[in-house]
Amino acid sequence: MKTESKLEKVLASGQLAVTSECGPPRGARPEKVREKTEMLKGCVDAINVTDNQTAMVRMSSFAACIIIKQMGLDPILQMVSRDRNRLAMQSDIIGAYAHGINTMLCLSGDHTHFGDHPMAVSVYDIDSVQAIQMVKKMRDEGKFQGGGDIDTPPKMFIGAAANPFADPFELRVARLAKKVNAGVDFIQTQCIYNLDKFEIWMKGVCDRGLDKKVSILAGITPMKSVGMAKYMKNRVPGMDVPDELIKRMAGVPKEKQPEEGIKIAVESIERLKEVKGVAGFHIMAIEWEQKVRELVERAGLLPRPQL
Amino acid sequence: MIVAEQKPIEEIMEYISPYNRILLVGCNECVTVCAAGGRKEVGILSSALQMAFMKEGKTLEVKEITLERQCDPEYVEELVTHIDQAEVVLSMACGCGVQEIARRFSAKLVFPALNTKFMGASERQGVWAERCQGCGDCILGLTGGICPVARCSKRLLNGPCGGSTGGNCEISKDVDCVWNIIWERLKSLGMEDRYEEVMTAKDWRPSWHGGPRKIIREDLAE
Repeated sequence: MKTESKLEKVLASGQLAVTSECGPPRGARPEKVREKTEMLKGCVDAINVTDNQTAMVRMSSFAACIIIKQMGLDPILQMVSRDRNRLAMQSDIIGAYAHGINTMLCLSGDHTHFGDHPMAVSVYDIDSVQAIQMVKKMRDEGKFQGGGDIDTPPKMFIGAAANPFADPFELRVARLAKKVNAGVDFIQTQCIYNLDKFEIWMKGVCDRGLDKKVSILAGITPMKSVGMAKYMKNRVPGMDVPDELIKRMAGVPKEKQPEEGIKIAVESIERLKEVKGVAGFHIMAIEWEQKVRELVERAGLLPRPQL
Repeated sequence: MIVAEQKPIEEIMEYISPYNRILLVGCNECVTVCAAGGRKEVGILSSALQMAFMKEGKTLEVKEITLERQCDPEYVEELVTHIDQAEVVLSMACGCGVQEIARRFSAKLVFPALNTKFMGASERQGVWAERCQGCGDCILGLTGGICPVARCSKRLLNGPCGGSTGGNCEISKDVDCVWNIIWERLKSLGMEDRYEEVMTAKDWRPSWHGGPRKIIREDLAE
């Protein structure tokens, strides 16, 4: 074991891992974090805490991770390189580890253009691949990115994202290979709606043996309505929502659409369980955390392993 | 070249409306090529300002001069014979030219008429795009001659990110995904393998982040 991470233990045990996420509140409302976390208790192995997602200011991932940790659960510290330079990133990593946070996700982050501070500086001192290298160097060599020694290095289990659906598609396996070469331990993918395309990508991943070097958690986001499906298709960059899925959602009455969305998600998980290289699921139920337990249960992923 | 564009006339008017005699100084280099501050634009802005003054029942005397290079002390010296007649200077050069005038004529106010935008190239008639950020440590040799520092919205050295769609950047359909361009270029050069070499964290000291930059050439400096 490289770390004390519960996620690492679950993955090492060979069982399918389940993670979900908690978007922190836009204000000093610790009870909001607790509410969301309570809904995820017992049905996931670890909880991602987003870092100013969509470039909107929220309670820091670090702070919300501590709240989750205090509740006895396992947070995953998301960290984007958009808002911090390498000094700030490393100090937060040490600080988080000092609070018992041992799993993190290295991201570049949505551009500030999308958020509530489009006038802000985008930092991008390093990119997500270089962030992986940095955290690995901190953990394995006990060195800061700048080369100095760390007194008691943070032992982080290192995650990153992959979007098999972004362009150019032919480059997407190679892009994952770069993250693997940089030293990533686990990957959480973009929401998967186009399963055929995902399977082509996974075949490319397995053909190169990358699935042996990194644990890939398939991203699942249940859709609440046909409106959400259309929004995802047309407005979210790098999202691939097939027309059949939109038709299927539109084909049921509005009040039944949430159930249809959950049904689609369960079917997706069932199919993805059979795909070589899938080591678990990352469930991003955006402002719909109360449905995660039901979804995980119906997908046959309960109970979660006690390790 | 350095690409600039003219400020809104209202902003320029705010600067110069308290005055009646100005020296309007263009530059014959980059800003002439990008049609922002050459002799022609000096003439047009001069007329526009005089008309704006007339509308307000005032008059404006404009002395128009376009220097060979406004960032070069040798040419800025040519203003010596005109500077005293003007109350203030309005510069149509890039920020370098404006500052050279400020340095040379310490007792004279100088205002910028342009916003200096970027170092770029002309894509087609009337369209200029950013190409270089002057990071001070060129990596074009590693990226097929296409710069991700200047042209990736996230400055990713190991892109493309997950927002690249149909050759466009996630921030706008009007912005190319530079990593898409780099990839196409590497393919056409038969250098696809190059892509998978991880580019390590960049040393930003040679860029602005190391503080304001200066080059001293011992062989040339007096």
